[in-house]
Amino acid sequence: MNILVTNNTLTVKLCEDIDHKNALDIRKQIDSEIGKRPIKTLIFDFSGVEFMDSAGIGMILGRYKLLNAIGGMVYINNPTKAVLKIIEISGINKIIPIMYNNESCTCEVK
Amino acid sequence: MKNNYIYTQFKACAENEKLARQIIAHFVSDLNPTLDELCDIKTAVSEAVTNAVIHGYKNKAGIIFMSAEICKNEIIVEISDKGYGISDVEAARQPLFTTQPEMERSGMGFTVMETFMDDLQVYSKPDCGTKIIMRKKIANND
Ligand SMILES: Nc1ncnc2c1ncn2[C@@H]1O[C@H](COP(=O)(O)OP(=O)(O)O)[C@@H](O)[C@H]1O
Ligand SMILES: [Mg+2]
Repeated sequence: MNILVTNNTLTVKLCEDIDHKNALDIRKQIDSEIGKRPIKTLIFDFSGVEFMDSAGIGMILGRYKLLNAIGGMVYINNPTKAVLKIIEISGINKIIPIMYNNESCTCEVK
Repeated sequence: MKNNYIYTQFKACAENEKLARQIIAHFVSDLNPTLDELCDIKTAVSEAVTNAVIHGYKNKAGIIFMSAEICKNEIIVEISDKGYGISDVEAARQPLFTTQPEMERSGMGFTVMETFMDDLQVYSKPDCGTKIIMRKKIANND
């Protein structure tokens, strides 16, 4: 997992399976960043994730609610086929925009 | 091999969720599943094992039983726990139903198992445990 911060944008690049075990760690790390800075935009980069189960959906939704409460926004970037499938089944794509944008991977590393 | 089976038992803990889906992925590889089919099966297994860990045993000590069978071109996976059980299975199977919203559960586990597999059966009894049986036919094996 790679966390990049530019201005008020937090980009989280995930490169591992996202299941119950990892979702808890990812959640903790993101929430601690959001606690430290005035983050307005959270971008999940899923280009390196080949496996995600419904724990990932819960983790994304939880961050969406957090950002929503402070007037921020969450985006899903570069989901792989497997990740996109579970995102669509869960319906979270109706509230969280999905984009395919390579730029987010090349932000400055903190 | 067109007929095969395995029986496994392992500790109910988060670390074994990955192990369980890897075991099943390996086992089903005999049927030459596509990457999509393989991913569907792994996801369904992950959901069932996670449920046994966090709901069945509520993260306390316990044993998860997982068996799998290949029968012609079909894989059948059975995952069970001897934990708390489910009082209303029909309600639990509804999308978004969860008894652990504070843990950021999405309530989509059963929906995922149903969608990613061809068939899902859930048997449960409060204070006795829960048994999940899932089946999926692998299309293009020879
Ligand atoms: N093995 C189990 N033992 C006890 N309760 C379970 C088990 N599996 C599922 N449940 C119950 O069914 C509900 C729905 O499960 P699921 O669809 O996987 O959603 P989630 O795990 O996100 O809560 C759970 O919240 C839990 O109350
Ligand atoms: Mg679940």
